[in-house]
Amino acid sequence: MKPLVPVSPGARVALGVSFFVVFVAVWAAVTFGGLVPKIFLADPLQMLKGGWLLLTEMDFAHDIGMTVWRVVGGFVIAAALALPLGVLMGAYKPIEAFFEPFISFARYLPASAFIPLLILWVGIGEAQKLAVIFIGSFFQLVLMIAVTVGNTRRDLVEAAYTLGVKDGSLIRRVLIPGAAPEIAETLRMVLGWAWTYVIVAELIGASSGIGHMITDSQALLATDQIIFGIIVIGLIGLVSDFAFKAANRRLFPWAQLGR
Amino acid sequence: MKPILRIRGVERRFASATGSTLALQATDLDVAENDFITILGPSGCGKSTLLRIVAGLDHQTAGEVLLDGRRIEGPGADRGMVFQSYTLFPWLNVLDNVCFGLRERGLPRAQQLELAQGFIAQVGLKGFERHFPKQLSGGMQQRTAIARALANDPRMLLMDEPFGALDHQTRELMQELLLGIWERQRKTVLFVTHDIDEAVFMGSRVVVMSARPGRIKLQREIELPHPRHYSVKTTPAFAALKAELTEAVRAEVIAAQALTP
Repeated sequence: MKPLVPVSPGARVALGVSFFVVFVAVWAAVTFGGLVPKIFLADPLQMLKGGWLLLTEMDFAHDIGMTVWRVVGGFVIAAALALPLGVLMGAYKPIEAFFEPFISFARYLPASAFIPLLILWVGIGEAQKLAVIFIGSFFQLVLMIAVTVGNTRRDLVEAAYTLGVKDGSLIRRVLIPGAAPEIAETLRMVLGWAWTYVIVAELIGASSGIGHMITDSQALLATDQIIFGIIVIGLIGLVSDFAFKAANRRLFPWAQLGR
Repeated sequence: MKPILRIRGVERRFASATGSTLALQATDLDVAENDFITILGPSGCGKSTLLRIVAGLDHQTAGEVLLDGRRIEGPGADRGMVFQSYTLFPWLNVLDNVCFGLRERGLPRAQQLELAQGFIAQVGLKGFERHFPKQLSGGMQQRTAIARALANDPRMLLMDEPFGALDHQTRELMQELLLGIWERQRKTVLFVTHDIDEAVFMGSRVVVMSARPGRIKLQREIELPHPRHYSVKTTPAFAALKAELTEAVRAEVIAAQALTP
């Protein structure tokens, strides 16, 4: 091993997979070996059985669907509003000066702390779940998009001006396309955070969703089901991450060149 | 001949912690149609500042710049610019980079492509239309940037050390390429460089600027005949011009470096 020397793609996959193997092996060892009582931590087999039970008898697929819907719904609303605002803030400094201090403050407000308030305002329905996701992701998105757009290379802006662009088309033809790959990366990252908010939102006052299943299982001490739920969240996160990365590579081939 | 560009008493001060720094002293310069003016000077002499003021990317603190009698207030498509840094839009391929200004003008796509193809051919990049900037060498990127600026058909071309980041051999080839294009089209050019060979080889007139605060120290017509072949660089006439300008620039570099000769 030498610092910063890249590993071959094959070795990268093998190393990545082997940690999962080690992880499961340790888990199996402590549970099957009786080091940890079953009541605290189910063993991997028990977890699979519990998961199977959830999927076949307790309509867990519906819970998964609900959770995915909430994340995607809340995130899409947040992104749809954050994109224009972020771009405007990045492009026009007075607009940034107007919103930035408040948004910097608002993004430290923990989304989960709003749950009691939101239940009071909009009840325990879907609106509350979407609102949690929205609060958790909107402010982060706006700030990161504004910074990305604001960091557009000045020499590209100058080149565009000498080619005759006016301010409106500068935003449309230089600032947005130049920032697009990094904005897509931001969306990918914040979507990952949105997943943590949705589960918290579902832990309180929900009648469906993965988080709801987890609270139900807690009452029954069904650690196998809790672990299965957590793993499902992880897997969905992994899949959406891969899908996002693949989409970014396809959409912005120029940004990948020479990396 | 009536000049197309008139620089009148242009001065540039930068505000600094200790008051203000004069980067460019009141400068006058006339550029005639079809001139190829090279501006030569030590780094920090304000030659790039002067060019950027003409481009409208920087603002003078006194004086004015007139293009065809109209005061320059900001950047515009009538003054195409090629920068030292690579400023192709990385998300556009060569063809779309060259079309950038044409599209801004709202030209029909077919006409954009026809014009762009012509300029791409002129800079010798046929076959590279679909390449992205990152897939091109530095010289190819600058050739694309030249095509992009020319495709817009500006009144004049401003070049800020466009070959400064290229290796010596590539730079010489680029000089010939640009000079060849100029000899065919006679587009008015204002070209900033610190390379004396480059200034003499390309220019119809060399303007030497003094060390900071910059001002025009001397102007020298270059009467080497066109078309200029690269072998002109080895002629006695070229050597004499180079010797003369080297003396002039050297004194300024010494002043800029605060050395005593």
